[in-house]
Formats: sequence, structure tokens, C-alpha cells
Amino acid sequence: MELSGVVELVCGRIVVKEKDESFDITAVCTTDMMSDVLHFAKKGELLVTSLNQSQVIMTAEIADIPVVMVVLGKKIEKEMTAMAEKKHITLLSTELPMFTVCGMLYAKGLKSCVNGK
Amino acid sequence: MLTIHDIVEKLGLDVKAQGDLQKDVAGCYISDLLSDVMANSKDHDLWVTLQTHPNVVAVAVIKGISGVIITNNRTPEAETVKKAEMEKVTILTSPHSTFDIAGRLYQLLMSGSDK
Amino acid sequence: MASNRRTIEGCFQLMGGAFAGAGAASSELKTVLMSLGVPQGIVRRASIAAFEAEMNVIIHAVAGTLHYEVTPAKIHIDVTDMGPGIEDIDLAMQEGYSTAPDWVREMGWGAGMGLPNIKRNADAFKLDSVVGEGTTLEINIFLTEENYADNT
Ligand SMILES: Nc1ncnc2c1ncn2[C@@H]1O[C@H](COP(=O)(O)OP(=O)(O)OP(=O)(O)O)[C@@H](O)[C@H]1O
Ligand SMILES: [Mg+2]
Repeated sequence: MELSGVVELVCGRIVVKEKDESFDITAVCTTDMMSDVLHFAKKGELLVTSLNQSQVIMTAEIADIPVVMVVLGKKIEKEMTAMAEKKHITLLSTELPMFTVCGMLYAKGLKSCVNGK
Repeated sequence: MLTIHDIVEKLGLDVKAQGDLQKDVAGCYISDLLSDVMANSKDHDLWVTLQTHPNVVAVAVIKGISGVIITNNRTPEAETVKKAEMEKVTILTSPHSTFDIAGRLYQLLMSGSDK
Repeated sequence: MASNRRTIEGCFQLMGGAFAGAGAASSELKTVLMSLGVPQGIVRRASIAAFEAEMNVIIHAVAGTLHYEVTPAKIHIDVTDMGPGIEDIDLAMQEGYSTAPDWVREMGWGAGMGLPNIKRNADAFKLDSVVGEGTTLEINIFLTEENYADNT
């Protein structure tokens, strides 16, 4: 699914744009625990989280995940935005809760990142 | 409305601590941050998380959570199970990721609410 | 990979509780490895291992250093800290075991997956600790043809 499609689906907005709207998203990682993000054997394209901290961006960079979505309209402070710009991570925001976001993306055929070894 | 029992059957979950399996599931809240669950979950929600420590039980009791699903093949700590049994909180586990569980639950709860 | 490549190293000071600067060492290592043309799979493994080690010092210890060295043969990362140390290393290595306090969990750390993640991503891994003094962690990721075939 294209990045623009994802943003539209969750009625979200692009806070930091580092990828084309046509960037293809196939695998999603849903978690608030950073070591869980780092646990994925295969990288995904999108991290959905309720954490609104710069740490998330740092983790996405290390785990090679290019797009991060913060759910439930959590306020995105300027430190997080600045970090996303610095690390070239696309940052999205949505008012919807994690459950709805995941449910809708799953229904569109997106897959989970693969865990473990 | 679906009960915890229905969800256990439909998603093939393991019951690690058994509370009232006939409890209704009104919705679902997904988070690994306890403060977030404290602030934003609703009564009779099913809570999906990968947290395994005993504080999960305390939050579930306070917020009137119908049941907790621990994802990603993680096992609740022994202390968590003990506390859950004491407090009659249902703790379930699944080998699947939070994303997959969320996706399937969404389909179940959405079709369930049409009835 | 060119055999005449020189050794590249870096050293970082880590402070317990200093979340703001966390990840700087791992991020630099990642950039270095990418510029050397190390295959992406290996870059990812090294960055993840370094980042988890870095975070453990910031979360659990008082202060420490992360030192990395890249040669044509391997990526070597060692992390030494002054801190409480680890009482039971086998227990600490178990997935899901964590002594992280609540406030750390609220920041997305403390799932008890860091050390297992490091071990999984390292080719060689050594963890030593003295309770009340500190912890040392040594990670090696070998740069061999075999490695490349596995991870690209
Ligand atoms: N440098 C260290 N100094 C003291 N204790 C440590 C250190 N590193 C790890 N530990 C101990 O080992 C436990 C397990 O570490 P591990 O990295 O696997 O999990 P965590 O740091 O608690 O959580 P996560 O890494 O998932 O954020 C820690 O909770 C802590 O008790
Ligand atoms: Mg750790």
C-alpha cells in the first residue's frame, strides 16, 4: 500500500516527509517497546506506536524502518520532529487508536514484520 | 456481543490465568505503556500487550479490562499469573504478533457489532 | 572487501539516565559501516547489538564507554560500565527478564529483550559482571564471505 494511501486511510497527517507519497508499505511493526522493534528479523516499512519520543526515531533508524506513525493524536514535540528530519525518517500522526489503525491496515492486506531469528 | 470465551476459541489463545470467561468484550485497547492504558482504555476492553509483569494485573483490575492478551509468544511471569488468579483477571497468550492479533480482533469485533 | 582497508575506530562516553543523547554511538557505527560498503544485513546486526548495549548502560548503569573497531576481518564492539552489575547472568539473558523501573518502561524500554537481541545478532558475545562494580560486554561480528552469503 502506498504511503499516501496509509495516511488517507487513518485520516492522518504527514509531520515529516522523507519519502515519496508512492513509497510502498508492506510490513508493519506494532509496539511501544523499543527492543521489540529491534527484535524483528526482517525489516518492515512502518512502525505504529503510541510513544511520542525521539527514542522512537533513533530506534527506527537503527532497525531500518523508514516510516513511523504515532497514534491517538499524541502530541509530537519538536525534539521528535527534529530527530526525524535529521535521521530522514518519515513521521506520521493520526488521531485514531492503535487498534483501529492496525485493524484497517490488516484488512488492506498489510503484513506483520517477522519476529525472531 | 462477543465474550472472552468466544475470542479464545476464535483466535486459538492459551489461557494462562482464568477469570470470568463469560465477560463481554466491548472493544480493544492496544498498548505496552501502562500509563497509556490507565488513561485511555475503556471498561470491558480487551487489552493486547507484550508486557508480562505483575503490574499488568493491577491496571486491568482498576480499568475493568475484560481480559489481557500477551502476544509474540511471551509468557507472563509466575507472579503475574498468581496475581491474576487472585484478582480473577483472565490472561491469554498467543504466538502471533500484536499486529496480527489486532487485525483479527478488529474483524471479529466489527462483525460482532453488526449482529 | 579491500584487504588494505585501515582500521576505523570510535569511542563514546555514556551516562546513566542520559536518554537525550542515546544512540549516538550506534548511529555513528552504522554510518561508518555503510560507508565501508558492509552488506546491509550485517550493518543492521551490528547497529542493533551496539544500540541495545548502549541503552543498557544508559538505563541500568551509572556511566560507561562504548568502543568500536572495524577491520576487514570483524566488527568489534566493547562496552564497559560502572554500575550495579548483574547478579545472575543466565537470568538476565532470558527473554522477558527485566529489572527496569516503571518510568523506564514508560519510555519504551525494559521489555527484557536487549541482551537476547545482542546475542542473536552477534557472532561472538561475552558478558562479564561484578556486582557493585560494573559490567563489560564484548561483541564480535565477523566480516567473512560466509557471513555475507548468510545475510544479503
Ligand atoms: N549494563 C548493565 N548493568 C546492570 N544491569 C544490567 C546491564 N545490562 C543488563 N542488565 C540487567 O539485565 C536485565 C536484562 O537486560 P536486557 O537488556 O535483556 O533487558 P532490559 O534492558 O531490562 O529491557 P530492554 O532491553 O528490552 O529494553 C536488565 O533488566 C538488568 O537487570
Ligand atoms: Mg536492555
